[in-house]
Amino acid sequence: MKFTFSLKPENFIIERDDERCIRCGACVQQCAYNAHYYLEEKDKVLGINHNCVGDGRCVAICPTNAIRIKQAENPYRPNYNWTKERMMDLYEQAENGTVLLVGMGAPTPHPVYWDKIVLNASQVTNPSIDPLREPMEVKTFLGSKPDKIEVVFDKNHKPEIKTRITPQLELEVPIMFAAMSFGAISLNACKSLAKAASEMGTFWNTGEGGLHKDLYKYGKNTIVQVASGRFGVHVDYLKAGAAVEIKIGQGAKPGIGGHLPGEKVNHEISVTRAMPEGSDAISPAPHHDIYSIEDLRQLIYSIKEATDYEKPVFVKISAVHNVAAIASGIVRAGADAVVIDGIRGGTGAAPKIIRDNVGIPIELAIAVVDERLRKEGIRNHASLIAAGGFRNSADVIKAIALGADAVYIGTAALMTLGCHVCGMCYKGICNWGIATQRDDLTKRLNPEIGAERAKNLLKGWKHEIQEMLGAMGINSIGSLRGNRLNLRAVDIHEPYLSILGIKPAGA
Amino acid sequence: MYEHNKAKEETELFLNNYFRVIKAEEIPTKQIPEIKSSPLHYRYFIEIVDNKKTGSLSLLTEEDYVVNRVVYINKNIEGAFVVSSGKNFGAFKGVGFPEDISKFFMLENYKAYAWTAHNRFPTNTPGWWGGAHPFTLLDFSIVHNGELSSYGINKRYVEMFGYECTMLTDTEVVAYLVDLLVRKHGLPFKTVCDIFSPPTWDVIQNMEDIKLKEYYKTLRIVYGSALLNGPFAFIIGFNGGLIGLSDRIKLRPLVVVESGNTVYLSSEESSVLEVCDKIDRVYHPEAGEPVFIFYNDYKGE
Amino acid sequence: MNSITIDALNLYYRELNFKIKEAVRKEGIKKVIIKNARGQRFIGTGLKEKDVEIIIESGVPGNDLAMFMDGPTVKVFGNAQDGVGNTMNNGKVFIHGDAGDVICYGMRNGKIFIKGNVGYRVGIHMKEYKDMIPSIVVGGKAGDFFGEYMAGGIGVVLGLNNDDKPIVGRYCATGMHGGVIYIRTEKIPTYLGKEVKIFELNESDKEKLKSLIEEFCQEFKEYKAEDILKSRFIKLIPVSKRPYGRLYSPGNHFPLPEENYFSNKKIDIEKKYY
Repeated sequence: MKFTFSLKPENFIIERDDERCIRCGACVQQCAYNAHYYLEEKDKVLGINHNCVGDGRCVAICPTNAIRIKQAENPYRPNYNWTKERMMDLYEQAENGTVLLVGMGAPTPHPVYWDKIVLNASQVTNPSIDPLREPMEVKTFLGSKPDKIEVVFDKNHKPEIKTRITPQLELEVPIMFAAMSFGAISLNACKSLAKAASEMGTFWNTGEGGLHKDLYKYGKNTIVQVASGRFGVHVDYLKAGAAVEIKIGQGAKPGIGGHLPGEKVNHEISVTRAMPEGSDAISPAPHHDIYSIEDLRQLIYSIKEATDYEKPVFVKISAVHNVAAIASGIVRAGADAVVIDGIRGGTGAAPKIIRDNVGIPIELAIAVVDERLRKEGIRNHASLIAAGGFRNSADVIKAIALGADAVYIGTAALMTLGCHVCGMCYKGICNWGIATQRDDLTKRLNPEIGAERAKNLLKGWKHEIQEMLGAMGINSIGSLRGNRLNLRAVDIHEPYLSILGIKPAGA
Repeated sequence: MYEHNKAKEETELFLNNYFRVIKAEEIPTKQIPEIKSSPLHYRYFIEIVDNKKTGSLSLLTEEDYVVNRVVYINKNIEGAFVVSSGKNFGAFKGVGFPEDISKFFMLENYKAYAWTAHNRFPTNTPGWWGGAHPFTLLDFSIVHNGELSSYGINKRYVEMFGYECTMLTDTEVVAYLVDLLVRKHGLPFKTVCDIFSPPTWDVIQNMEDIKLKEYYKTLRIVYGSALLNGPFAFIIGFNGGLIGLSDRIKLRPLVVVESGNTVYLSSEESSVLEVCDKIDRVYHPEAGEPVFIFYNDYKGE
Repeated sequence: MNSITIDALNLYYRELNFKIKEAVRKEGIKKVIIKNARGQRFIGTGLKEKDVEIIIESGVPGNDLAMFMDGPTVKVFGNAQDGVGNTMNNGKVFIHGDAGDVICYGMRNGKIFIKGNVGYRVGIHMKEYKDMIPSIVVGGKAGDFFGEYMAGGIGVVLGLNNDDKPIVGRYCATGMHGGVIYIRTEKIPTYLGKEVKIFELNESDKEKLKSLIEEFCQEFKEYKAEDILKSRFIKLIPVSKRPYGRLYSPGNHFPLPEENYFSNKKIDIEKKYY
């Protein structure tokens, strides 16, 4: 029996200035969600509000600026507890008995501590430094560092290092592109990020989708991921990248596996992942060869063995309650870097209830992990990479001052390619050619232009970071890393102040 | 240094528990009107005997044992502060003008191969007797002109190796860094200076000598948290001589003056003229270029 | 013969594997014989040399034997532990004894033959792509979750040893969405994964099975292929390539776009534009 009694209210209202509309049909052709149509008998272009996802494609593409998209008002009686969204979710499930699926990071109003943390600047007692004219170093090395090294002098009194350090990733800017698989995003999106990363001297991450043959040439700027589904994982793949990342969890869906629906598995994806076309690509929730921390060590070392100890191995986890102890275990298991993804981390598809309710904010996670590793004296043994909703260079520099070595950006990187955070990634019909595999849509994203735009973002953020460092009178980012004295809190109270390890502003 | 008698009693009890005290005496001082109030100053010549090292302390080396006990006194005995804990080595600190402090401690009665003197304008912490320069630990002393913008991370770095920064000032951390790098990690002074003030990455990138390039690169990768950032020039005193170093973009001055067998390190050439009338040579080190002044019989690198 | 014997007693796994790699890569050795294996992990891991044979003559090799392996043949004259053939890309593994849990996890190609029993979660998430069809033949019995999430390849369980235990444990083939499992049994296993159905073997199945069993018997000589092939087999294949297609909802945002919702005729964009 199927019956419907909900209002099914629309989320957006499409307004069209009929005077301006020239009936070119661009919006009709461009909207994969079918939010526009042409009514021939009246020679009018009309909108279907229900279909609109608010991704801004039609507004951007309309040659005469005839389209405005507005947020629809709540048609229900206002209720703080029963918001429009909650009511709509509930009606949906009453009809279908399904798990609600979403894309992108959590939009929930969990506090964003970045907004309540302010930075320091030099005044009088020490000078600020001008980054435009004096050296301002943001070069960062990721990997395990020994606690100490041995130096000897040759007969000409020239120093020489006796200690061999394990492989490191060298970053010209401490920002990398987060794991997003070819599958979750299009090949053109992968190409854009790969090219931008290699030209900026940083790294992009394959996610768990294997490495497409066209992307092997970016190998030295690639981090290859090994996740529970082991898609596209073989020795050449492991060796193709500069580092290998074992993905245990993801901020948007801690404890949950992955699921690329069969309709997205087209020819190229099936080749890259070595799986049949049209088949679901299921990543189990756990790695079935990791049921304990000892097993993690085994997987880390099997990868090191397979790559002849030439690649650093990262381990990525989502920030959960006991993150400090877990991270400590990961470092002791031999990881060269720990990646922590906070509750605001993005995804191509995740159950809504998980995304919005599981995990902890990345700010707190960085603080406790860095502190714990220092207390145990093992902070040098692994780098700390933070991820999960970084929005601008201030978020990045605050993360570094809290103790991160570098950050991953995912959503921000996609926004350079046109993403408008509509959250429909899991539909696979992204109008911007990003989260889709449909040829007519992916060709909308030109990887050359995409790479340029992604590069521009990194350039801009790098300059801003240099400006902020200079203002603090610091000319090497290493001197800011973990330097929490340069942070102050506004409107954060105990116990979060002591968890963050920072003082309130004014103190 | 004691702020009151109770601190002295407590400390002496502590010292007798953990060391054999060979000689204890008050440090001679002269009351002068310029110095309004002063704490008590005592010095103790002590020996470490194994049967006083108990529990986990028994595993420590002689130096670590001393450091450990010094930190304990500074942290736990209210009103007591260890000004110096080295051998053949002394430190005098106070609140007042340098010439007054010198009169107060009657420095004219002391003789030494090397002297460092320092006058501080308290910036980030209020002045107190223990907070004056030099900062010392075992046989290292440090006087410092400037401010460390990297203090926050330098502090957390040494804390990872068991040091505790109790004095709220940036210079203290340099003393611990020197102790960690020289004594515990066994690094030569030259390397320690290269860690504190390394060349910039573009300079390293352009180095032709592969081994040297590897040397600097590795130092920066491994000891990035020990880099001293911000404006500074300092003088480290140790049992083999003196070392001067400035920051790598020269935000603080440092000048070397030679006069016969004597070498002066100073922030300003003019101040050397105050104490030395015959100058043979003046040298201005580059930014981050360490200056080593070794005693003739010093054997180390 | 171009071979080398390594006594693994008291060798740390990194030393042993380094020796194997050096022998194979630098000296061109074709046959590496290991004596006294003592749980050294990752033997054969990541090796790509196709015509190389690694023989573990005595002792027990450690976990992740032949992980990421891409070509060589590994033989163990005894038991093996967990993780044999983990994410293996190609080559062959023969175990003259039992093997542990999570054998051939995520295996991409190649063949694994185990004379005895295997533990839990064997064949988990095996893959398949065109002519890359991994296979595992278990001479004895298998624990729970055999073929979990299996996405491709061939899993065979023969149950040749006589004990009372069921030939495969519970939840066999749960989440299976590709590949095929053949089980030599008269009785239908209980608690089968709900994603699969049972079928009789057709001619092409019989052919695949025959070639695998012949290879099995060639190595484990006490068994005869004709005898085994006489027995009854059942075949498990997934009902759907998309087992969870209907679990997730499109979300609350809008109804699925319906074609021709109105007269949804696309305009010829170029004609109208210019």
